[in-house]
Amino acid sequence: MDSVFSNVVRAPEDPILGVTVAYNNDPSPAKLNLGVGAYRTEEGKPLVLDVVRRAEQQLVNDPSRVKEYIPIAGLADFNKLSAKLILGADSPAIQESRVATIQCLSGTGSLRVGAEFLKKHYHQSVIFIPKPTWGNHPKVFNLAGLSVEYYRYYDPATRGLDFQGLLEDLGAAPSGAIVLLHACAHNPTGVDPTSEQWEQIRQLMRSKSLLPFFDSAYQGFASGSLDTDAHAVRIFVADGGECLIAQSYAKNMGLYGERVGALSIVCKSADVASKVESQVKLVVRPMYSSPPIHGASIVATILKSSDMYNDWTIELKGMADRIINMRQQLFEALQAKGTPGDWSHIIKQIGMFTFTGLNKEQVAFMTKEYHIYMTSDGRISMAGLSSKTVPHLVEAIHAAVTRVA
Amino acid sequence: MDSSFSSIVPAPQDPILTVYFASRDDLSPVKLNLSGGSYRSEEGKPLVLQAVRRAEQQLANDMSRDKEYLPLDGLAEFNKLSAKLILGDDSSAMKENRVVTIQCLSGTGSLRIGAEFLAKHNQERVIFVSNPTWGNHPNIFSLAGFSVEYYRYYDPKTRGLDFKGMLEDLGAAPSGAIVVLQACAHNPTGVDPTLKQWEQIRQVVRSKSLLPFFDNAYQGFASGDLELDAQAVRMFVNDGGECLIAQSFAKNMGLYGERIGALTIVCTSEDVVRKVKSQLLLVVRPMYLSPPIHGASIVTTILKNSDMYNDWTVELKGMANRIFSMRKQLNEALQARGTPGDWSHIIKQIGMFSFTGLNEKQVRFIAKEYHIYMNYDGRVSIAGLSSKTVSQLADAIHAAVTRMA
Repeated sequence: MDSVFSNVVRAPEDPILGVTVAYNNDPSPAKLNLGVGAYRTEEGKPLVLDVVRRAEQQLVNDPSRVKEYIPIAGLADFNKLSAKLILGADSPAIQESRVATIQCLSGTGSLRVGAEFLKKHYHQSVIFIPKPTWGNHPKVFNLAGLSVEYYRYYDPATRGLDFQGLLEDLGAAPSGAIVLLHACAHNPTGVDPTSEQWEQIRQLMRSKSLLPFFDSAYQGFASGSLDTDAHAVRIFVADGGECLIAQSYAKNMGLYGERVGALSIVCKSADVASKVESQVKLVVRPMYSSPPIHGASIVATILKSSDMYNDWTIELKGMADRIINMRQQLFEALQAKGTPGDWSHIIKQIGMFTFTGLNKEQVAFMTKEYHIYMTSDGRISMAGLSSKTVPHLVEAIHAAVTRVA
Repeated sequence: MDSSFSSIVPAPQDPILTVYFASRDDLSPVKLNLSGGSYRSEEGKPLVLQAVRRAEQQLANDMSRDKEYLPLDGLAEFNKLSAKLILGDDSSAMKENRVVTIQCLSGTGSLRIGAEFLAKHNQERVIFVSNPTWGNHPNIFSLAGFSVEYYRYYDPKTRGLDFKGMLEDLGAAPSGAIVVLQACAHNPTGVDPTLKQWEQIRQVVRSKSLLPFFDNAYQGFASGDLELDAQAVRMFVNDGGECLIAQSFAKNMGLYGERIGALTIVCTSEDVVRKVKSQLLLVVRPMYLSPPIHGASIVTTILKNSDMYNDWTVELKGMANRIFSMRKQLNEALQARGTPGDWSHIIKQIGMFSFTGLNEKQVRFIAKEYHIYMNYDGRVSIAGLSSKTVSQLADAIHAAVTRMA
């Protein structure tokens, strides 16, 4: 019998996942996986936050809790608390009921639902994304029916922001175009605009009626401060204009596999926000009916208890500090070794990832000779490093830079 | 500054939700909501199965568990056990590696992922659903890019199956069209084909090269027997042909809000399966990256532990039996009142719902005068009835039928 799927071709493997597969197959005891985007402890282990375990125990031991469908827009208190977290408790946009917040499946789900909504209801269907950006971004937007364009972002010469190029490209974008902005801790480069630069970006975007779509996946994880990391989003919201925000709790609460996040759409009026919410629900229902209860319940439990919230901020700062510490150690070790080149970008960049500046050949060399795994664009996960493994990485970088062009 | 969304109109209210809100806002102490799709106990309360609570406790107390991302296709063990559950332990399709199963967000998510995959790779872009069918089916498939057609199914005269009409319409469908078949406990009618009828349906489907897409949301919940409720699906799989199966654990494990299900595609060869799987992952990743861990872990814990599995089957049978009992009681109550008409369909229909045969005027009358809420198409959730409320419903139906045309 012939298959109706006989014309289906094998899809290419995802490059980031391919790194982990290769790492898993490597028998070397010295191997180091700097490819994944998940936090690791100093012992190299995944981390479940204490406060998450406590919240989960509390939920699971509460016999009055049920597993009924939650509303299409998700848990109401989760949504309210999430909006407060990113916008600030005193946000006028919230007080004026101008924010529609819908629980979604982590950052990806929030981006996809937001994109599908925009495709259906917004007059522009082009979205500008930074070059480079997270590998999944173009696919999320394409599948939602948006066309994707790029704006200059990373400058390989400085290993920093190509601010001039960014302003030029956004300045040349068609009026009303959607613009994806990484709220903080840019993935994959770790390069963020300064607050002065953010202000210029904001002015330019508002003058061209460009619609901001924030990807906020690292709030609190970048600097260690939830408020500091929300600064870019808040200056846009403070000017009274509209924007979309995709929020994820994968990293800052370590809830990766629970898939919990939120899409917030800040509108000009409460009336518009209410209509917008009703239309977003029409995107959600034929996709998965309603979102999952567990992760959102954990987040809500933590955010609404002031003790748990405080404990969470301490653990969050702990993770952020360890990463900042790894950056410092790596930088100092490269300096001590006298590795050629300017490595200050390692401590200037922020968040989970560093764009080392290593090229494809150097990366391949480091994998082959030193069993160090990273994506071929030279991105390393600082969260995957530890004090014990920094020397090994330094050896490898030094060898790569001095022996491979 | 004008809103970018000022031209957005409020979305039409979902009819089922309209009924739900009306019931919620009714202050009568005797109000009864029979419009929902989740099981209620004899006390009228939502039910979390004991097996589920035990599994969840076990998981929460296991400090070795983490919350890392699941693979794109979900929890491997969950996938295998789910496939075995619907296809049978001795499934030759599984032994021949001709089955790909990926964890999805309950039934809806499985349908949507399957539909998106088919829209990309199937020649025919038309899908046939039963008339009537679950309200969300047409939305799911249109959003994936299909045009939706209907095959005759429910016969209002007999309140049973329009078998002749069904065979005619399937027989006239274009070769290669996709056909949605509800595996058991048809929603909203409760009308299922007999096994003999299923065999004839299978022959027509195969002879016209129609591709079956099973919606399997009630396995074990319909007859009380997991094997029996899987017969229709297994009949198709055993003929060696291909099909898709959307599986949900919302009802049979009471995991509604956890959003746990699976999409299975049975292919003609292992080689095709590998290619199909790789393409399925391309649909998942830009939608929500990977599925949520909690519900899948609960299901896996129960399915792989023979004690828990047995306990689950006992509780499952308990729910199914209570529904049978309610059907019987309602039918007897209507007979006792001498309510005009033939009410035997109430005990002939199966599963959570009954298509009473009441029209919208009668439904609204019942809501107003008797504070009992059901869908406007006359669908009641038998699972929402109890011995205490059967007489109230019987009184209402009697009044509606005798006083309103």
